[in-house]
Amino acid sequence: MSATHTGAAAKPFVSHPIRMTLNRRDIQMDVLPWTTLLDLLREQLDLTGTKKGCDHGQCGACTVLLNGKRVNACLTLAVMCDGAELTTIEGLASGEDLHPMQKAFIKHDAFQCGYCTPGQICSAVGLAREGRAHDTAQIQELMSGNLCRCGAYNNIRDAIEEALPACRAQGGEQ
Amino acid sequence: MNPFHYSKPVDVQEAVHLVSPASRFIAGGTNLLDLMKENISRPEHLIDITGLPLRDVEETTEGGLMIGALVSNADLAWHPLIEQRYPLLSQAILAGASPQLRNMASTGGNLLQRTRCYYFYDAAVPCNKREPGSGCPARVGLNRIHAILGASDQCVATHPSDMCVALAALDARVHVQGRGGARVIEFADFHRLPGDAPQRDNQLADDELITAIELPADHLAAHSHYLKIRDRASYAFALVSVAAALALEGDVIVDARLALGGVAHKPWRDRAVEAALIGQSVSRETFSSAAEALLQDAEPLEHNGFKIKLARRAIIRALSDAAVAGATS
Repeated sequence: MSATHTGAAAKPFVSHPIRMTLNRRDIQMDVLPWTTLLDLLREQLDLTGTKKGCDHGQCGACTVLLNGKRVNACLTLAVMCDGAELTTIEGLASGEDLHPMQKAFIKHDAFQCGYCTPGQICSAVGLAREGRAHDTAQIQELMSGNLCRCGAYNNIRDAIEEALPACRAQGGEQ
Repeated sequence: MNPFHYSKPVDVQEAVHLVSPASRFIAGGTNLLDLMKENISRPEHLIDITGLPLRDVEETTEGGLMIGALVSNADLAWHPLIEQRYPLLSQAILAGASPQLRNMASTGGNLLQRTRCYYFYDAAVPCNKREPGSGCPARVGLNRIHAILGASDQCVATHPSDMCVALAALDARVHVQGRGGARVIEFADFHRLPGDAPQRDNQLADDELITAIELPADHLAAHSHYLKIRDRASYAFALVSVAAALALEGDVIVDARLALGGVAHKPWRDRAVEAALIGQSVSRETFSSAAEALLQDAEPLEHNGFKIKLARRAIIRALSDAAVAGATS
């Protein structure tokens, strides 16, 4: 974007350099301050697995793992991710070997249209790392930030319940 | 979002010296960026405070805790010392938002959430909080979620936080720093009632930054309970919430705290009601009298009269649950 002036003393808006480890790869780029992490991923890095649902932190479709923790990419400024380690849905599998949570979602048919699925899976991986979900009710409560308009909740819950032990065994891998 | 400048100071002094009338601090950004996307907030300069050294939870010499303003809501709720000594605070935090938002949102930022009044969030309609003097459509409009206590002709909005309801009950103190120096604000004084200046949610000066929240030594952990009533089982703002804490000798109440969320422009406490509980025995009648007294000045709007009955029942239930609660319940 070219410089914008709002008055005599106005400074031009400038891009800021950021460095990130994105899906185990180091990247470096310049971002405008008002670019969200979600828009950076989808529009500039062509990583469209992370979905834009509500764009207001209400649906969870944009959930990614920032420094290992699940966050809403739509409410995160890219410029504030300088130095961060980021994992998106594209970074969960090792080559052709799917992440245990991905395998469980397929096994349990834990989606219908699939739009919320990348966010559900990233959120579930974050849930496993937090180690706070010990029963079905806790899984449901701690997945409340991810909406599924198709209503595949029961299968999502079953998939997560099955995959949690395997995810915990993987520990801090991803 | 409108374009803005961005700075990332490395210490608190630098941060407060960067402040201008058109700047805002940003930490978790979970509320501010949402407001910017809705064009409700239009800062020209964001000051990113996430590089400041405000991430510790430390024990104070008085036996309390000092919580850095940048500790995330999730880290605070699950901090061993909070779970152990202030379970009310853990419960309240975990009753709010979603796991993702709790990972992002900061302790200081939680205090600065703006109201979720639909009219405040709609830039196409008047709102005294958004544009002072423009009017309040909520008073005569859809006001099911609005205030029943402490409202004014100008504003009937409620404060959305759960965490703040527990902090109010726990007599927290807010440590802030501005260009002129540091000061400490009692939690009860931090948020404002709307009066004729609903645009001001709290007592912070423009150049002041919240640096820490201090909790006094606790004697209420054994008997506390946070009860939140909302339209769905999870991830919704409170219609009514109650933070209740008791200190008991046998079944006699020797100290009592009662704070309500979802009912006013700030977490609502009534010291006279708490004082009247002291010396009473634990019973449904005792708690029912407290609820009646706390709500005696409640004023319903067209659609939120149910909140008075709901609050009465929630107070009785929260106090009853607190009376039997163990430290880990």
